Amino acid sequence: MEYVIDMRNIRKEFPGIVANDNITLQVKKGEIHALLGENGAGKSTLMNVLFGLYEPEQGEIYVKGNKVVNNDPNIANSLGIGMVHQHFMLVDKFTVTENIILGKEPTKGGKVDLHTAAKEVQALSDQYGLRVDPYAKIEDISVGMQQRVEILKTLYRGADILIFDEPTAVLTPQEILELIQIMRKLVSEGKSIILITHKLKEIMEVCDRCTVIRRGRGVGTVDVKDSNPDSLAAMMVGREVNFTVIKGISEPKEPVLTIKDLVVLDSRKVPAVNGLNLTVKAGEIVGIAGVDGNGQSELLEAITGLRKANEGSIHLRDKDITNKTPRSVTGSGLAHIPQDRHKHGLVLDFSVGENMVLQTYYQKPFSKNGILKFSPIFDKAKKLISEYDVRTPDAYTPARALSGGNQQKAIIAREVDRDPDFLIAAQPTRGLDVGAIEFIHSKLIEQRDKGKAVLLVSFELDEIINVSDRIAVMYEGKIVAIVDPKETTEQELGLLMAGGKRGTVNAE
Amino acid sequence: MQNKNNKMKLLVPLVSVFLGLLIGGIIMLVSGYRPIEAYVALFQGMLGGPYYIGETIRQMSPLILSGLAVAFAFRTGLFNIGVEGQLLVGWLAAVYVGVTVDAPAIVHIPLAILAAAVAGALWGAVPGILKARFKVHEVITTIMMNYIALYTTNEIIRNFLLAPGERTENVKESASLASPFLQSITEYSTLHYGIIVALIAAVIMWFLLWRTTMGYELRAVGFNQHASQYAGINVSKNIVLSMAISGAFAGIAGSMEGLGTYQYMTINAAFTGVGFDGIAVALLGANSAIGVVLGAALFGGLKIGALNMQSIAGVPTELVGVVIALIIFFVACSYIVHWLMNRVSKGGKI
Repeated sequence: MEYVIDMRNIRKEFPGIVANDNITLQVKKGEIHALLGENGAGKSTLMNVLFGLYEPEQGEIYVKGNKVVNNDPNIANSLGIGMVHQHFMLVDKFTVTENIILGKEPTKGGKVDLHTAAKEVQALSDQYGLRVDPYAKIEDISVGMQQRVEILKTLYRGADILIFDEPTAVLTPQEILELIQIMRKLVSEGKSIILITHKLKEIMEVCDRCTVIRRGRGVGTVDVKDSNPDSLAAMMVGREVNFTVIKGISEPKEPVLTIKDLVVLDSRKVPAVNGLNLTVKAGEIVGIAGVDGNGQSELLEAITGLRKANEGSIHLRDKDITNKTPRSVTGSGLAHIPQDRHKHGLVLDFSVGENMVLQTYYQKPFSKNGILKFSPIFDKAKKLISEYDVRTPDAYTPARALSGGNQQKAIIAREVDRDPDFLIAAQPTRGLDVGAIEFIHSKLIEQRDKGKAVLLVSFELDEIINVSDRIAVMYEGKIVAIVDPKETTEQELGLLMAGGKRGTVNAE
Repeated sequence: MQNKNNKMKLLVPLVSVFLGLLIGGIIMLVSGYRPIEAYVALFQGMLGGPYYIGETIRQMSPLILSGLAVAFAFRTGLFNIGVEGQLLVGWLAAVYVGVTVDAPAIVHIPLAILAAAVAGALWGAVPGILKARFKVHEVITTIMMNYIALYTTNEIIRNFLLAPGERTENVKESASLASPFLQSITEYSTLHYGIIVALIAAVIMWFLLWRTTMGYELRAVGFNQHASQYAGINVSKNIVLSMAISGAFAGIAGSMEGLGTYQYMTINAAFTGVGFDGIAVALLGANSAIGVVLGAALFGGLKIGALNMQSIAGVPTELVGVVIALIIFFVACSYIVHWLMNRVSKGGKI
């Protein structure tokens, strides 16, 4: 059998660690091949070896049957290998066409021939059903379309082996469906795809075969049709994983968070939250389901004091926290696992220890008379690191050096440890592997069982249905329905999230 | 990893200094001077005897402070290009207090330095407020504030403090940092007590940034405004505070000139350059307190040594300007140094 990509017994070492140890990856022509592994398992390293960014210590690489010594990304390009990056590499102010031709501009009489290029882009876009407007500016188009521009970029450069790096992490459920269609179309036109992911559902749905790596080692390659999510997860993590979230029945008590007729304007001065009412009680997890952009971010920002509420009121127990500063809201007993952990959750250049006291550094025992007390700070940090199993060399390591899952664990440790009455968890498991997801869900439920109120915002319907005790569907800045997760389906939620009607259910 | 980083932090400036001197030597050779002779004279002019050491240290003092000003702002995410202007207002404030107030030295000197710090802080706070309130970039406003400072201080001297010779009166003896003792042990150089003030300021900068909650907030805001806001830190307040503290260091640098080296302030036809040198000193010192002191020592020494190089070897002082520029160039593109060292460590293999 001829493989388009045949990486044999790859070993790559970095000072102190073996990132790839004897990994074999063989991709057949015309298949979608999943590369599955936990965060930090060595998937990216392996792809960087394939791409010529790292030189392996051991092993051989064959592309389309020819042995290659690859130490230059340009060679990978000329071999027809293209990468669709997780974080898009696009110039915001440029049009789609300008971005695609960047670095390979067709010229006519010394001028960039944008017109011909745009036609080519249009033709490629039509061929693969990508529906991209060649003249649109990147800053004006949706994330899903930006990703399709990235795909076009590789196709324009003649790639027939496409590597997708965690492509669904940034997409809405609808966009994920579209992407799956596009990937099917690509392979039907003779392309081969390597899909880097840790989402088992996607692998089951779209992939032909799957290679699993765990802690740098190749575990094996399986046919997807002969496997199931449980067995894949066990291969990836090295133990059985619980997918069904284990939790008892909730016992909601008194209301903790009460929001009345809230109106919040977004950055363009348009009401993003428009007359919203919501109550979260002690001892329950309320999940907010909604398509991205229906006011969830603005709602959370208003609750946490990061954005001004224009009308309405927010109460935490009996205390009015409407338009209070973040510090005073935090002091009233709120903890917040923010949606964007790099932007809001952590100061990446601070050590893990310094990050652990981000809201409490000015209080005793972490400081006295304005002087920081480092031993209590790092004692606290070390305690949290071991309690929450944050994998870091030590508390003095910059937060930037940690993997996404461990950064998230650090944030959760910090927030939960403050013992808040009310916990907001916004996309708490985005981009994390199943092991970390399991851990985070169990922590949220633990908080609930301690009698805390938890507000969960997520775009993953699975997560909303599995973890929540009540689901509030948010659409165009309002809660349009409250449903019981035990009595609903993804289909029904999807319909409500799109603004569809259901038997009149009123928000409490 | 941490170790390697620290090693690089030291190696990059050292290699840059070496490369700067090397290329400076080549330029001398091409221009028909004798580089070895010139560098020997340069070195002697820096450290070749008590007098030269005294002069070098005297030259260091304002450079340490202007370097600290730049480094402090940089550590908190701001580019203070306005050190020059803050230095000028500080200089004037120190001289004003030195000329007009009557007090014993124990009160008078601290008071004059404090006045310089406050003036510099206010001058620095203006761009801070503009940035915090209206999102005007501090690089633009601090550059503009330099010109305002230059012409305003000149105008104030001309109208209110003028003495014969396009300058102010000398400050009173009770406000002077001049030290007959330091002068006598350095063969009557112009060394004054300012170096002590500068070193104390370096310790204060380090302590403020790394040991206090205020420094924690300032650094957090410098690294990530969003996370700081989320954590309940007042971002606007910290931007203004950072610029004010940076300006205070710059103002004290001005007082070094006003109370120490000159004892008066002249009507300046152009910028002193000390404020701008502070940017280079901070860069060379990797924005750390100790690095700034070392960087200032090098720059101060080169500037003083250049005079000797001219008189002994006949090489114009401008050539030291070229060497300094080359050093800054190599530090700024430390990439080249990294690349060179990688090549060396790999034994010439690409």
